[in-house]
Amino acid sequence: MDYFLTEEQQMIRDLARQIAQEKIVPVRAELDEKEEFPWEIMKVLAESDMCGLYIPEVYGGMGGGCFELCLATEEISRACGGVAVCYAASGLGTYPILLFGNEAQKQKYLPDIASGKKLAAFGLTESEAGSDAGGIQTTAVADGDHYVLNGTKQWITNGGEADTYTVVAMTDKVKGSRGASTFIVEKGWEGFSFGKKEKKMGIRCSSTTELIFRNCRVPKENLLAREGMGFIVAMKTLDCTRPGIGAQAVGIAQGALDEALSYARRRVQFGKPISSFQAIQHMLADMATQIEAARALVYATARHVDSGARNVSKVSAMCKLFAADMCMKVTTDAVQILGGYGYMREYPVEKMMRDAKITQIYEGTNQIQRNVIALQLIKESASK
Amino acid sequence: MKIIVCIKQVPATTQVKINPETNTLVREGVESIINPYDAYAIEEGVRLRERCGGTVTVLTMGPPQAETALREAISLGADEAVLLSDRAFAGSDTWATSYTLAQGIKKIGDFDLIVCGKQAIDGDTAQVGPGIAEFLDIPFVAYIRKIEEIDDSLLRVERLMDEGYEVIESKLPALITVVKEINEPRLPSLRGKLNAKKAEITSWNLKDLGVTEDSVGLPASPTKVVKIFTPPPRGSGETLTGSTPEIVDKLVAQLKQDRVV
Amino acid sequence: MSIKVLAEKCIACEVCIPACPYGAISIEGEVAVIGDECTLCGSCVEVCATEAIMIIDEREAKGDLSSYRGVWIFAEQRRGQVSSVAYELLGEGRKLADKLGQPLAAVLLGNNVQEAAQQLIYYGADEVYLADDPVLEDFHDDSYAQVLTELINEYKPNIVLTGATAIGRSFIPKVAVKLHTGLTADCTQLEINPESKLLEQTRPAFGGNIMATILCPYNRPQMATVRHKVMKQAVCDKSRKGKIITKEIDAGKLTLRTRLIELVEEITDTVNLTEADIIVSGGRGLGKPENFKLIEDLAKVLGGAVGASRPTVDAGWIPYSHQVGQTGKTVCPKLYIACGISGAIQHLAGMQSSDVIVAINTDPEAPIFNVATYGIVGDLFDIVPALTQRFKEVLG
Repeated sequence: MDYFLTEEQQMIRDLARQIAQEKIVPVRAELDEKEEFPWEIMKVLAESDMCGLYIPEVYGGMGGGCFELCLATEEISRACGGVAVCYAASGLGTYPILLFGNEAQKQKYLPDIASGKKLAAFGLTESEAGSDAGGIQTTAVADGDHYVLNGTKQWITNGGEADTYTVVAMTDKVKGSRGASTFIVEKGWEGFSFGKKEKKMGIRCSSTTELIFRNCRVPKENLLAREGMGFIVAMKTLDCTRPGIGAQAVGIAQGALDEALSYARRRVQFGKPISSFQAIQHMLADMATQIEAARALVYATARHVDSGARNVSKVSAMCKLFAADMCMKVTTDAVQILGGYGYMREYPVEKMMRDAKITQIYEGTNQIQRNVIALQLIKESASK
Repeated sequence: MKIIVCIKQVPATTQVKINPETNTLVREGVESIINPYDAYAIEEGVRLRERCGGTVTVLTMGPPQAETALREAISLGADEAVLLSDRAFAGSDTWATSYTLAQGIKKIGDFDLIVCGKQAIDGDTAQVGPGIAEFLDIPFVAYIRKIEEIDDSLLRVERLMDEGYEVIESKLPALITVVKEINEPRLPSLRGKLNAKKAEITSWNLKDLGVTEDSVGLPASPTKVVKIFTPPPRGSGETLTGSTPEIVDKLVAQLKQDRVV
Repeated sequence: MSIKVLAEKCIACEVCIPACPYGAISIEGEVAVIGDECTLCGSCVEVCATEAIMIIDEREAKGDLSSYRGVWIFAEQRRGQVSSVAYELLGEGRKLADKLGQPLAAVLLGNNVQEAAQQLIYYGADEVYLADDPVLEDFHDDSYAQVLTELINEYKPNIVLTGATAIGRSFIPKVAVKLHTGLTADCTQLEINPESKLLEQTRPAFGGNIMATILCPYNRPQMATVRHKVMKQAVCDKSRKGKIITKEIDAGKLTLRTRLIELVEEITDTVNLTEADIIVSGGRGLGKPENFKLIEDLAKVLGGAVGASRPTVDAGWIPYSHQVGQTGKTVCPKLYIACGISGAIQHLAGMQSSDVIVAINTDPEAPIFNVATYGIVGDLFDIVPALTQRFKEVLG
């Protein structure tokens, strides 16, 4: 379908597709098998100007927004959901600076991220604070011109590989969610270390680690926004990045459909290609329809976010929810179409199904997305 | 350092097939690409500029659409692009092509190094590079797999030969053709693509080059293509039977006839 | 000089449109129109049923072409050793020379190569033009092109053939430019037209998807390069006599702008799978890892690479780098010999675009036979060693 992309957006899509085809497809199985961080590919993405799509030109970016980031993420995901999350999670770590950073913070941190010299990561989740972000235990205590951070973040994407971390910690526990603040922390600072690399079901080339803070001193100028704004920073960030998860889901699903289609046309049973059987045809038709619907919602949402609209939580949650559930269904069906071959690692759909699952879980489980959507619906209805 | 890279726009040949019934080329969906060997030439030119400073000018001769290939070269890092295009250039064989490109290079002028791919994948002749060098009367070294050293007046390279490689020194200006072992071409960058879109492509015709009509194109081409035909079609599923020596005899004879051994 | 559509003959049948490799033809009104993209390749002329398209060629011979006589071959040598491609050229040159009733000569450039000159006579040269000088010890484009050009200008041969080797392909184009004559690369077939007596040079183009026959009607000599192993070698006959004509070299007059610093010989055992022209692959039918030796032996004789199916790699019989197929490498060699490979879908995906596929398998129902150019239902343990032996004899 024609989504009326500008010429520059078409270039982004085509270039991301080229990188995916030429650089990612040949190595994705190996990266998955070895659980190896795709630095080579990150370098290619950096050299191709893909790392600063959503960052303003004054900070060395390309001056686009959430939509441009979604276009690239979708194409990369079509080849490998794991590589895509390494790429997109840097955006997640950067958005707090982009949205709430002061001029000095932006000038200091954004150019290296835009050029791809450095990756970013976002530290919110803890062992006791998953869906319930109010359970955050990490503390930040003011001490002269520093804050002292203590605590452990869990399952942080790009942990250990990124250089720039935006971390949510409690500056005033008594105030609950209004007592959280966000800090920019650099890799290498004293008292900041990484835990073990997690072994995952899917997106296995990406790095997921703990961030461990032991009396880590963070200069006060690295506080984002104001004290107590931590949750707002986190929520507004997620509003902008959830379409990216949607795009990842659309990409993974599209990749699975591509494989299922090409297999169904080649695979001969009962003397005919299986694509001639209506059972298969209907599955393919449903898969394609669902993908297109999710894509339309993701694109519309990303454009809505980029328009500067104030309240985007509901649609942002909707597109993530819909695309992620769609992705799980489509990749499962792709495995089904490939039958025994689909279940084997020989073919890429098995990995796609594993990669798909995380899209229903991270950046807010799909259950939490439903909460967000429902709450907003009720709120809107009540205010009428 | 002023570097000129000569490129050719070619059909992606794996897709060029002959319709066995009509004996015509099937070209539906055939895209035009930069000759893959020329991509190595562009990359090497850009790397040299990154190393020594200067400019990279890409040059091609072809129909107006060849401009697409030049823009792609700019997205890959070339600074300037020149297209030699004129109806009078049609029908050029390698002699006339070399001559015309050499005239274009003379008009660009003041170069230190010319880089070409070792051959084009549509014609596979590998004759235009040496031909240009001859018209310009500059030294020529083919099949370069590595540039060891380069300064204002001297070039030291590794030339791939049938039995190994030779280390060759050549005076500059010179023309080299490169093989794929020399580098791994980068992908375009987004900024490069945006630049390429805006870039101004210089276009020169017969008059601009100041040459006569009978010195270019078909009139200046000594060769004449008299027949184009499909190679004998691939035998589909012929089963060879007999005793082992008989089978081996048949197979060896077939493979020799097919010219694959 | 142009291409012309005869409006009265054109029936707008559109046959020429897909025939044009450059997309230059469109139908405007009721007549074909040829655009600026045309390269005068003549594809449309070939297919036009009503002879409505013609290329008007006004080229004519410059000078007296009949004064050019004789078939020359360039005898490439490295350190005094004549390359076998030179003997192949003598074999082919002999046929052409006999058809023309003209002498066959070899040109030999080098240092201390008199013996080699004699050798060329044994292989059929009536004359050998010998330039023997220290300055010609190493190959340089400048010196070789100058000396050969001078010889051709002096003795005016009708035809000059060269091997399409690294050396031949490097310097011969310069000679053709100097002489302003045609040069056809990589010919696979050479014939003398019985009427015109012109050399018909046939070569593959578009990656071998089409063949083109090319003439050089108006310029002399007619020059072509010929790929190694395409033509048959001449037979050595030590009783043959011939004349050696020595060309004196004035080294001072040669322009030399390149210098050879070092020659490094590299013989690699392993051929890169994706680049290989010939691949011999083994599958589960080999039974055990040691039997890959059979595959390696055949590959070695053919100068090819060794491939493998997934089960053999998974079983650890051979490293992953040899795997062909969906999760291995995609290959497109000229010749693919599958030994004991059933042809599972994932294997076929990696090799079915090979030019020629030979399948050897005991199971006549094996899917590999569906894509094979030549199928052999039989025991690879009989056939592969016999093939290896046979190729050893044939290819020397």
